[in-house]
Amino acid sequence: MHDIYNFVVGPLAWFGWGVFILGSIFKLVYAYNKFVTKDGTSAPYMSWKYGLRSIGAWLVPFNALGWRNNPLVTVVTFVFHICLILVPVFLSAHAVLWQQFFGVEFFWTLPDNVADYMTLAVIAACVFFAVRRLAYPRVRFVTEAKDWWVLLLVVSPFITGFLAYHQVFQYQIMIVLHVITGLAWLALIPFSRLAHMLFILFSRAYIGSEFGGVRKAKDW
Amino acid sequence: MKFDRKIDDAGLREGIAKLTPEKIQETFLQFIEGETGAKLKVYSETCVRCGMCSEACHYFMSHDGDPSYSPVGKVTQTMGVLLKKKGLVDPEFIYKCAQIAYTECNLCRRCIHYCPLGIDTGYIMSMVRRFCHKLGVTPLYIQDTAHSHSATFNQMWVKDDEWPDALLWQEEEARDEFPNLRVPLDVEGADYMYSVIAPEPKFRTQLIYQAAAILHESGVNWTMPSLPGWDNSDMAMFTGDFEMMGRLKRAHFECAQKLKVKKIVMGECGHAFRSVYDMGNRWCGWDNYPVEVVHSIEFFAYLLRSGKIKMATKFEGPVTIHDPCNVIRGRGLMDELRYVTSEIATEVIEMTPNREHNYCCCAGGGVINCGPPFKNVRIKGNKIKAEQLKRMKDQGVNTIISPCHNCHGGLEDIIHAYDLHMELKFLGDIIYAHMEKTKAVE
Ligand code: SF4
Ligand code: SF4
Ligand code: SF4
Repeated sequence: MHDIYNFVVGPLAWFGWGVFILGSIFKLVYAYNKFVTKDGTSAPYMSWKYGLRSIGAWLVPFNALGWRNNPLVTVVTFVFHICLILVPVFLSAHAVLWQQFFGVEFFWTLPDNVADYMTLAVIAACVFFAVRRLAYPRVRFVTEAKDWWVLLLVVSPFITGFLAYHQVFQYQIMIVLHVITGLAWLALIPFSRLAHMLFILFSRAYIGSEFGGVRKAKDW
Repeated sequence: MKFDRKIDDAGLREGIAKLTPEKIQETFLQFIEGETGAKLKVYSETCVRCGMCSEACHYFMSHDGDPSYSPVGKVTQTMGVLLKKKGLVDPEFIYKCAQIAYTECNLCRRCIHYCPLGIDTGYIMSMVRRFCHKLGVTPLYIQDTAHSHSATFNQMWVKDDEWPDALLWQEEEARDEFPNLRVPLDVEGADYMYSVIAPEPKFRTQLIYQAAAILHESGVNWTMPSLPGWDNSDMAMFTGDFEMMGRLKRAHFECAQKLKVKKIVMGECGHAFRSVYDMGNRWCGWDNYPVEVVHSIEFFAYLLRSGKIKMATKFEGPVTIHDPCNVIRGRGLMDELRYVTSEIATEVIEMTPNREHNYCCCAGGGVINCGPPFKNVRIKGNKIKAEQLKRMKDQGVNTIISPCHNCHGGLEDIIHAYDLHMELKFLGDIIYAHMEKTKAVE
């Protein structure tokens, strides 16, 4: 078991990170090249000012019309994404790994009990998204298998992490599963619906530039 | 999934009759490789299918939340499938794509305000149209106008001699009221070139009369071109015939450049402004536009602010404003529009939602130009607008101001179908009727 653990946090982890980083770079460079060469009627209108303005406007909950019209989704989406990013990065158990593998020292980590609640929040949010996909015709209509996979992908490291932390089932197995699912999560970011994590800044910045710079209207 | 709202249209029917799955795929691969770029790819990869954009769309709202009318619903039924199947689809599927893209989306871009990822569904739909155009599957009526553009450089088959004829006719009419009025043709170096859409000389000549009266009264140095290029409208843009769109815009701007005018002033039209300011100019590779174009809203605001036109009286009674998406979401003229309206009417009561959040009239994006077969699509598809107007009516508003031809066409049908008994006005209608006419005979 120990060997397996060493393997997953060792070579497999490097592999997962490698795929994530190289894959992301590849995706972004590829999209950038395509954008400047093929989207000639759009690319020249990119603007820092309006791009950032749009990102800012959408970062405020209930500011954009879309957020205002979907209040529950808005609350869940914000809580979900905040926890989704903070927990894996600032978990004290992860801080050890950051230090061990990347030499990054954190001044602050999430208190364990807070991280625990945040993990539950992520799981609850995923349940909410799943229910919404099934119960809401407007979402069910456009849902594909991919959307279910991605939900499963996102929630699994949190479930396994939670179970491992609370020592439910066998800790050793859980922690290995946790690392594997976490790495799969990471590695698949560039190659699944999770790609929105990479592209959102750019798609928002583009439409913000277009609306601010050309159309002189808000895009929120 | 079954498409149970197929409407018979000769253009679509005959169009798909010539197709085979192989032909479709070949064209699709060419189209994706050669024409589309990162935008389409990123949009289709990143859309998380959250459905948040649904409520943005008047079609969705008007069909009681039928998900097949939501922005993302329309994308998944068309471009989504095309991308997934790499274009290997049967001709009947193209019919469905064309019907959805040409008649169930106004390219109004209201959905932009709802999508956290900034996905532009209007753009995706216009790409579906572009693909259908390349396959030769376009609705009959709008294709006729696009053909007219190709043959005559105007939308309404107005012949080269009919155009100056219409202008001179209006000049003659107007001289009964303003004895010295001219419609100055081809004046080199004029400050403003006035351009219109072809339905004006064809069916709404009084609009040319009104514009001439306002321009004459204001004393500005203006002209109208006598040769092709006078029409600023563009249905080719909406069928997906971008080559023709580019040629039209080139002709329009070249017309102004030959006359060496300082600015182009265009009549109260939304889609033409989109073509001139947003789509056609960019297709031609111009960063902005080679000759500045001023929409009537801005021009009237200038005339009123500078005192070149003074209002003798104001329009009595409350009016409301329907914001045309192409000049509001397309150019941010909402404040200017409010300024002009407040100058010419005694009371303005705002609709909600308004400004850049306004619901489209459902005529735009070329939908009204798809003609009679699709009239009900527009009317049923915009119940939400009828409800919005009804709320205004209940507040005692009987007049709607909208500076856009298409909006007038679309709203007229809605007003009629839902028995709203409201009247529509262009800004020019009111300005002409209520301005001080110092140069007119008593
Ligand atoms: S009609 Fe307007 S709101 Fe509806 S999908 Fe098209 S662009 Fe979006
Ligand atoms: S709101 Fe945006 S991400 Fe969500 S379904 Fe609509 S287009 Fe896709
Ligand atoms: S017709 Fe008017 S409301 Fe409709 S799309 Fe055009 S500008 Fe917008």
